[in-house]
Amino acid sequence: MAEVAKMQVSDEVAISIRNMNKWYGTFHVLRDIDLTVHQGERIVVCGPSGSGKSTLIRCINALEEHQQGSIEVDGTLLSSDLKNIDKIRSEVGMCFQHFNLFPHLSILENLTLAPIWVRKTPKKEAEELAMHYLEKVKIPDQANKFPGQLSGGQQQRVAIARSLCMQPRIMLFDEPTSALDPEMIKEVLDTMIELAEDGMTMICVTHEMGFARQVANRVIFMDEGQIVEQNEPEEFFNNPQSPRTQLFLSQILGH
Amino acid sequence: MSDTSASAVAFVRTESVPASAPPSNAAGPVKWVKDNLFAGVGNSILTVLAILAIYMVLSKSMPWILNGVWDAPSLSACREILNGETGACFAVLSERWNQLLFGFKYPAELYWRPATAFVLLFVAAAPVLFFDLPRKLLIFTGLYPFLAFWLIWGGPIFYPLIALIGLIVAYKVFVAFEKNNFTMALGLGALSAIVIWYLSGFVGENSALLALSLEAVPSRDLGGFMLNMMLGVTCVSLSLPLGIALALGRQSSMPFIRYICVIFIEFIRGVPLITLLFVASVMLSYFFPPGSGVDLFIRVVIMITMFSSAYIAEVIRGGLAALPKGQYEAADSLGLDYPQAMRLIILPQALKISIPGIVNVAVGLFKDTTLVSVISMFDMIGMIRGPIVASTDWNGIYWELFGFAALLFFVVCYGISQYSQWLERRLATDHR
Repeated sequence: MAEVAKMQVSDEVAISIRNMNKWYGTFHVLRDIDLTVHQGERIVVCGPSGSGKSTLIRCINALEEHQQGSIEVDGTLLSSDLKNIDKIRSEVGMCFQHFNLFPHLSILENLTLAPIWVRKTPKKEAEELAMHYLEKVKIPDQANKFPGQLSGGQQQRVAIARSLCMQPRIMLFDEPTSALDPEMIKEVLDTMIELAEDGMTMICVTHEMGFARQVANRVIFMDEGQIVEQNEPEEFFNNPQSPRTQLFLSQILGH
Repeated sequence: MSDTSASAVAFVRTESVPASAPPSNAAGPVKWVKDNLFAGVGNSILTVLAILAIYMVLSKSMPWILNGVWDAPSLSACREILNGETGACFAVLSERWNQLLFGFKYPAELYWRPATAFVLLFVAAAPVLFFDLPRKLLIFTGLYPFLAFWLIWGGPIFYPLIALIGLIVAYKVFVAFEKNNFTMALGLGALSAIVIWYLSGFVGENSALLALSLEAVPSRDLGGFMLNMMLGVTCVSLSLPLGIALALGRQSSMPFIRYICVIFIEFIRGVPLITLLFVASVMLSYFFPPGSGVDLFIRVVIMITMFSSAYIAEVIRGGLAALPKGQYEAADSLGLDYPQAMRLIILPQALKISIPGIVNVAVGLFKDTTLVSVISMFDMIGMIRGPIVASTDWNGIYWELFGFAALLFFVVCYGISQYSQWLERRLATDHR
């Protein structure tokens, strides 16, 4: 799998975050975030809980508002303009820790909903697209079931397929394996690795360090709302610079 | 190993032992009676007491019902027939049947019109209530309010027709612009309907369509159970969309809209319905332009609708609050805009959660329609208390009339409740 990490990253900038700050009330969650993500890059964000890593990626598709600085996604500036927000959201796919599938719709309807209503794709085409991506995540036989009938791992793969149906240029993963049983983590990670091999731009908040080593071309460590350290995975894991990173790595890799 | 198996001969069974029936203490009626009626001393005592209570109620009521007189011109005649024996005077129901159902002023030769409207109500409601039926039937549901209006009130078909055309045009305009902008489409749709209705005022006067007309019946001539049904059906179907709008408005991020909704809901909930009905019958005409003379029926519909929509809004708010935040976020992250997210993701789930509460309000509303008897409208209760009991023929008869009213309301309300339970089972897709 080492080829994945070596895959060429283009010079084109996908996401550019400049001097971004965010507060919850008086609490300063994100402080002076500067981050440039290139097209095709795969970034893993890690850090202790409460360090602002989820908040950071939720700012990228405006699920959270930032108060200072700028976020540009594919050249579109994220502002309070709803047109821009909707445009960015349809370019950026997102997977959640708790899948957030729509329980009242079948798997197929979950997948076709956004293409039909946002992209105005004809129903038949949307269904073909949905089946294509269900095959990609290896559960085409579940198309007519409801989310509640699937296992956690299957649900998360459906959630990934649902995002892919919008044919996003960027995928955000917010701890996609944290709510899963250990034996289901692998099937979801395999799906994500495949996605990475296809050259998708990805930002993953995850504690799966094996995944980070294998797939990421950059690992970002956050603490107290700041980016403390970022580096290539080999360097990051073998030779962490800041004492905070060293402590974190010793704790999660120590057992 | 015991010596039995050691001494046992090698043995192979070639056919299975046939299943035998369980003993009477393991299954069947004997077991049921023992488990449920006589499980212990306390249980047995309660069973005997319950049987005694049922016997006492039935021993008094059954002769009264079974010995009932169904054919007599008046209460005194009925008592003569009974000749001192116990028995009900159901004759009042058969003699005043039409009055109980249609009120005492609705022209008798026109009873077929509301009766037709009542039967068609089931046809119109079916595709809404049972969504497995073909969707084409909804066209009739859309036409039904105008048809029912024309059948019940009569008059030229021109007016309901213009109202219908206005709404159809509004809908077409809305659909045409919906994909661009939901709010703009809504506004343009409303505008086009108003234009149509305004223009129709000019052509209307001399139109040939005015000739196609049923005999007009004024609102004050409506009455009986028909009035309860009309108020119930109209107000439930109007207050549901209004309640949804209020619930969403109360969650709006726009403070102006939010405060209007909060004030409306809190004010209406803080006032008794009977007060609102008095406002409708006495004071509401002050708020309309002088001489417009808005019909009492419409004024009452407005008041009951406002009243129950405030309650439905709160029920739906509970459903909205019960949805995990992740559902909103998932809808947002897929790029759905607000109306799409609400219509496709949030409301279907929130309404499903709210079904028991909504049905509760609907059943309450239907029963509250009898309150209009207080503002001298002759609904079923108004008919009983007024023209029937006050007449010399039937003065002093109560049990039969109010029992019948109770039975009729019970049938409708129980039907609604059974439907809602079926609906909940039908919509249970989450397999929790």
